[in-house]
Parts: sequence; structure tokens; C-alpha cells
Amino acid sequence: MSAPTSTLDAFYGKKVLIITNDGRTLVGSFQGYDQTINVVLTDSSERVYSSHQGIQTVPLGAYMVRGDNIAIVGEVNEEEDAQLDFDAIKAEPLRHIVH
Amino acid sequence: MLFYSFFKSLVGKEIVVELKNDMSLHGTLDSVDQYLNMKLLDIAVTDAEKFPHMLAVKNIFIRGSVIRYVHLPAEEVDVQQLQDASRRDAEQAKHSTKTGAAAAAAAGKGQPTKDTRPDQSDKVAAS
Repeated sequence: MSAPTSTLDAFYGKKVLIITNDGRTLVGSFQGYDQTINVVLTDSSERVYSSHQGIQTVPLGAYMVRGDNIAIVGEVNEEEDAQLDFDAIKAEPLRHIVH
Repeated sequence: MLFYSFFKSLVGKEIVVELKNDMSLHGTLDSVDQYLNMKLLDIAVTDAEKFPHMLAVKNIFIRGSVIRYVHLPAEEVDVQQLQDASRRDAEQAKHSTKTGAAAAAAAGKGQPTKDTRPDQSDKVAAS
């Protein structure tokens, strides 16, 4: 089949947030993707959510996320993101995608 | 390809997408492709208390394979028309399967029938 018409071109060079099928939240600079939505991030980190403490950030560096394992790719509004108080945001970790 | 065309007709409309991790988001449908991957603009998570993961995110791409439901605006959908089109589509697929098998049998003339499935999928996609 031909390439998807709904592309991720708009995300190039932007800060994006990826939610994976196993419920992880990755944030990084969007460097590229292909037709199966494999995505390459640089300067990436994982945001670990927990119900008893604020968001923990784990630096990861350059990351390639396989398309199979991606649920959502979202563009992060960096100004709004900087305003967030990570210590105050408490939430259960996301559930896995169950097909 | 029927539902791809159907979703294309909903571009610009407000929809609610429920994912297979129980998260539910609403936003404006910006684009859709043949895998039913969708791009939504100006999204908000329906239960932001429980899912504060996307507070600073407005525009998203959702992989079609993780979507469980799409809640549609009732006034934008002609259910009768969609039902008719679905039936026509299914009927056409059945028909092209039959003719595909008949053609293969005629071409084979008693030789082992070869797998014609790639042909059929081509026909379905083209119709």
C-alpha cells in the first residue's frame, strides 16, 4: 500500500511526547519517522508517573521507538510544559494497550 | 476503504477517541489515513484528573491500531447511508472473491489451483 497520507511531518524538530503501548511516557526532540511510525528522538527522557509522588524524569538520550509500540505522538507546547509543577502531578501509571 | 472515506468526510469535526488503554480524548479530526491513524487538533483528555500525561499537548497523532472506539457526532452521520454502503462493499467483496476463484479454476484447467488471494485483495482495493 502507498505511504500514509496522515504524516508526522509537522513534528520535525519539535519537542514531542510519545505514549507507548506499555504505558510509558517519553519526551524528546522529534528527528524522524518512517511508514510504520518508527520514531527517532534525541535528548529524550521518560516521565515516570506515580500515585504517591510527583513525576520523576529519567534521562535516556537518543532513542528509537518501534512503531508497533507507539500509541500516541503529541506535540508538546514548551511554554505550557515549563509551567507544569512536576512535583505536584500525581497519577497512576498508564495502563497497557490491550488489543 | 469504505471507513477510510467515511472518516475523511468527518475531517474538521469534533470527535471522541477511546484508546485500548482506557484513555479517552476529544479533539478536532485533522486527518486520517488508510490505517485509520488519526491526527487530532486541540485535544483534551476526557478524564484529566486520572490522565494528566498530556496537559501541555494540543496536537496529536494516534496510531490506528490502538483505537478502541470513535464516538461520532450524531448529526454528521447518515447511519442509513453508511449501512447501505457497508452492505454494498461487502457484497462487492464477495462477488470479486467468486469471480477470482472461477477465473483461477478456468486458467488452471485441472491443474492445482494457485492461491489467488493477492489478486482478490487488489480487486477489493481497486473497487
